Amino acid sequence: MHMTENDTRLLQSENLECTRDDRLLFSGLCFELSAGQVLQIEGPNGSGKTSLLRILCGLRRPDQGCVKWCGDDIVGSREDYYANMAYIGHLPCVKADLSTEENIRALLDTRTQSASSAGIGRVLATVGLAGFEDVPAKALSSGQRRRVLLAYLLLTQSRLWILDEPLTALDVQGVGLMETMILQHREQGGGVIFTTHHGMKLPCEMRSVHLG
Amino acid sequence: MFTAFYYLLLRDLRLAVRQRHELANPLIFFVLVVSLFPLAMTPTPELLQQLAPGVIWVAALLAVLLSLDRLFKQDYEDGSLDQLMLSPNPLVILVLAKVMAHWLLTGLPLVLIAPLLAMFMRIPDQAVTVLMFSLLLGTPVLSLVGAIGVSLTVAVNRGGVLLSLIILPLYIPVLIFGANAVDVASDGLGVRGQLLFLGAVLALAVSLAPVATAVALRITASR
Repeated sequence: MHMTENDTRLLQSENLECTRDDRLLFSGLCFELSAGQVLQIEGPNGSGKTSLLRILCGLRRPDQGCVKWCGDDIVGSREDYYANMAYIGHLPCVKADLSTEENIRALLDTRTQSASSAGIGRVLATVGLAGFEDVPAKALSSGQRRRVLLAYLLLTQSRLWILDEPLTALDVQGVGLMETMILQHREQGGGVIFTTHHGMKLPCEMRSVHLG
Repeated sequence: MFTAFYYLLLRDLRLAVRQRHELANPLIFFVLVVSLFPLAMTPTPELLQQLAPGVIWVAALLAVLLSLDRLFKQDYEDGSLDQLMLSPNPLVILVLAKVMAHWLLTGLPLVLIAPLLAMFMRIPDQAVTVLMFSLLLGTPVLSLVGAIGVSLTVAVNRGGVLLSLIILPLYIPVLIFGANAVDVASDGLGVRGQLLFLGAVLALAVSLAPVATAVALRITASR
């Protein structure tokens, strides 16, 4: 992982505005995320948390304002931004007809990243799926499918994680795992932006943006 | 960049092999439509021969149209499409890989089975090669142009009718020149012009359609 000094700015949002079906979700939203920081997006259902995350990763265009990665607008620096950012949304991103390992490889391949079988095995063990390499994803429970995504997240070695409801379908151990992952990522100089309805109590400094 | 192309192509082919039942659908449709035709109208061999190019080409076009849904639907529904768009590689390249996989799984089988159907329809020998060539040049265009339509309608529930409305007009030139090439070849005339036209359309589609598809996908994702 690329280590950076703690005061490096990773992501900046400038004056973001988003409307959905003629309804203003938020406007004038400004915040910054530096390396080693954790940011929680809070707000009730329908307040635009997912829309905000999709804007931050460039899937959705803001109606006003811009998002900057290391000082450059993400629209112009897509390649660099996407090589250093990993996004996990609501959807499983897992193909039922591929095995666990094939699924992880397929996701890594789009980033032109490779991983050894041993490496994948190690990470799968970390997320509690030891020995599941060759199991087809249709045989996995929804919580286990989320864990496959967590394994992918670790393997991308991205500096910035954008996580939309990462605790969905995870059991108590899974929630603990997610918390440990975020803490470790933070210690290694990565940044995390996430939303959650479940109370996630992280024993570290955490910033928050409130919507709605 | 090309490794990403290669691996995505490979992934789609692997998935298709594991979902074989869906793979056979367009091919079965193609064979059924063409083989039912002579049964329904008890034509003379001459009439059959006259109708053959049109029937085969229309059936091929509809077979591709029916299979287009598969191009992005699954990826859209399970979120993989978002991940493709978040790839550091150009989306155009990834789109091209997906379209190529689609053609290899639907267009190419149609080309390969066409001689059998040409026999059903009593197409003369000299026109069978032309039929295969016209399909070989034409079906990739159908996949490429179809991808634009699918990327616009993938987020729409029951977008099938909308999809047809968007892309059928764009399919017409391919249909006309493809069927005409076979027709003319049956009469023993030269078909260079028609095949060159299809080749030109293919070159145009390969260079422009993936760009349009990539833009349309970004619009779909930003809803």
